[in-house]
Amino acid sequence: MIIGEQKTLKEIMDNLSGHGSILVAGCRSCVAICLAGGEKEVGVLSEALRIHSDLEGLNWTVGEVTLERQCEKEWVREIAPLVAEVDCVLSLACGVGAQTVQELFPDTRVVPGLNTSNMGAPEEQGLWNEKCGGCGDCVLHLTGGVCPIARCAKSLLNGPCGGSQEGRCEVDPDTPCAWDQIYQSLKRLDRLKLMEDVIPPKSWIPSRSGGPRRIMREDALLTEDEKRAKEGLE
Amino acid sequence: MKAGSNIERLFDKGEFVVTGEIGPPMSSNPSSIQEHARHLKGFADAFNLTDNQTAIVRMSSLASSVICLQEGVEPIMQMTCRDRNRIAMQSDLLGASALGVRNLLCLSGDHQTFGNQAESKNVYDLDSIQQLMMLRRMRDESKVWGDTDIKEAPRVYLGAAANPFADPFEFRVTRLAKKVKAGADFIQTQAIFDMERFERYMKEARSRGLHEEVHIMAGVVPLKSLGAARYMKNKVSGMIVPDQLIDRMKGAEDPKEEGISICVEQIHHLLTIEGVHGVHIMPVAWEKKLPEIVERAGLLPRPVL
Ligand code: SF4
Ligand code: SF4
Repeated sequence: MIIGEQKTLKEIMDNLSGHGSILVAGCRSCVAICLAGGEKEVGVLSEALRIHSDLEGLNWTVGEVTLERQCEKEWVREIAPLVAEVDCVLSLACGVGAQTVQELFPDTRVVPGLNTSNMGAPEEQGLWNEKCGGCGDCVLHLTGGVCPIARCAKSLLNGPCGGSQEGRCEVDPDTPCAWDQIYQSLKRLDRLKLMEDVIPPKSWIPSRSGGPRRIMREDALLTEDEKRAKEGLE
Repeated sequence: MKAGSNIERLFDKGEFVVTGEIGPPMSSNPSSIQEHARHLKGFADAFNLTDNQTAIVRMSSLASSVICLQEGVEPIMQMTCRDRNRIAMQSDLLGASALGVRNLLCLSGDHQTFGNQAESKNVYDLDSIQQLMMLRRMRDESKVWGDTDIKEAPRVYLGAAANPFADPFEFRVTRLAKKVKAGADFIQTQAIFDMERFERYMKEARSRGLHEEVHIMAGVVPLKSLGAARYMKNKVSGMIVPDQLIDRMKGAEDPKEEGISICVEQIHHLLTIEGVHGVHIMPVAWEKKLPEIVERAGLLPRPVL
């Protein structure tokens, strides 16, 4: 899932300055799980904005809505009547959701309420760890199921650097060394042999360096006729 | 002969090689390198010029190497993967070779969060093993990575670092083997304080025959004070400083003198270990002591070819 974290109240207020009517839009997916932008957070933040407006005499109107998923057009279209009423949407979705809203409502300013951080997983209550860097060319089969791209501070591909100590990363002793974990995992899986192979330079083309990525499934695309038929049904 | 550098020729003749280190200045003034080079000339066979060590902005390793050359001192240019992608690395090697730099040390590099540019975007396009593969290919096959031919290949003797003390310990010799496979001609180790552990490491390396495939140089750092010893024990990741050394520094009347004595004893010990072909002395910000260490270790005069 995508992990995000709310911007500070101060930054959010500053970014909203100049607007009078605001729709706070949450998302029930990933950002709800990481306690950053779900229905509950929308309620709390909206209330804070109202109090701030009262104290400062700003006269803001603050509306609330939480979508099933803010990254999908079908869901986002449903809030068109609400967006028509405001001059700004404060999106508590991840950057993908915020951009989808902006694309569908190009004349209304969308302001991000979250800092989208990474692709990760909830580790325990209140703790989320990055797990994948989206490199587009997965090597987990070589690394015991532990990602060296996202989880090693140097994205090394051939074993731990000289700073790995007692299973900890040299960059932050609170972080496990990814390569130590890879080593332990391969040992458990009886595949330590893999650590002997030199992994050659990686192609980063499927990663960020090729520009924005696009995946297209020819077999799943609708024909023009099918698109029209679908719109007719809606 | 791969590059014809001084250290390559010495290794080939079976000499015990001595290298030192010169830290480039945080300045555009070349004088500190010139002074060190003049003062240290003849006391070691080549000197490493560090590449923005501890991720602090300094004069570039390439420029510093060339300043050394101008003083008649052989440089070992360090190159980290932190700050350059494969385009910059290959370009720098072509330039270094054109300017007469004949040794290059491949490193992943200290992470940028340790230095004065913590907010920078790091590169790590390659790791140090992939860097070795790529640079060796340039030298031996006259190809840039991919398949483009190079008209005149760079002449370079390739080095790599090894840390026998990082974890998991069982993997350290395997990693050394990977570096050899990828193209390392010589290895400089992290500073060795824990001799017992280093002996185990070398035994394992010998059992794989690595001491015959690559020239392993053992790293030493003279301790300047008790504080420095404690700092290295507690703050420098991947370094093991045994308590007995800390105690020796604590009890010393003249800690500086004691630090040098320890270093000299370490070199004597290292000379007895089979497969150790040289010593790399890193007198961090204490360059002026290098001649004394080399002399007291009985490694003078340095052979001239
Ligand atoms: S190797 Fe790439 S795709 Fe696989 S988990 Fe890591 S970053 Fe994600
Ligand atoms: S200590 Fe481990 S995780 Fe940290 S940079 Fe080195 S290899 Fe990567």
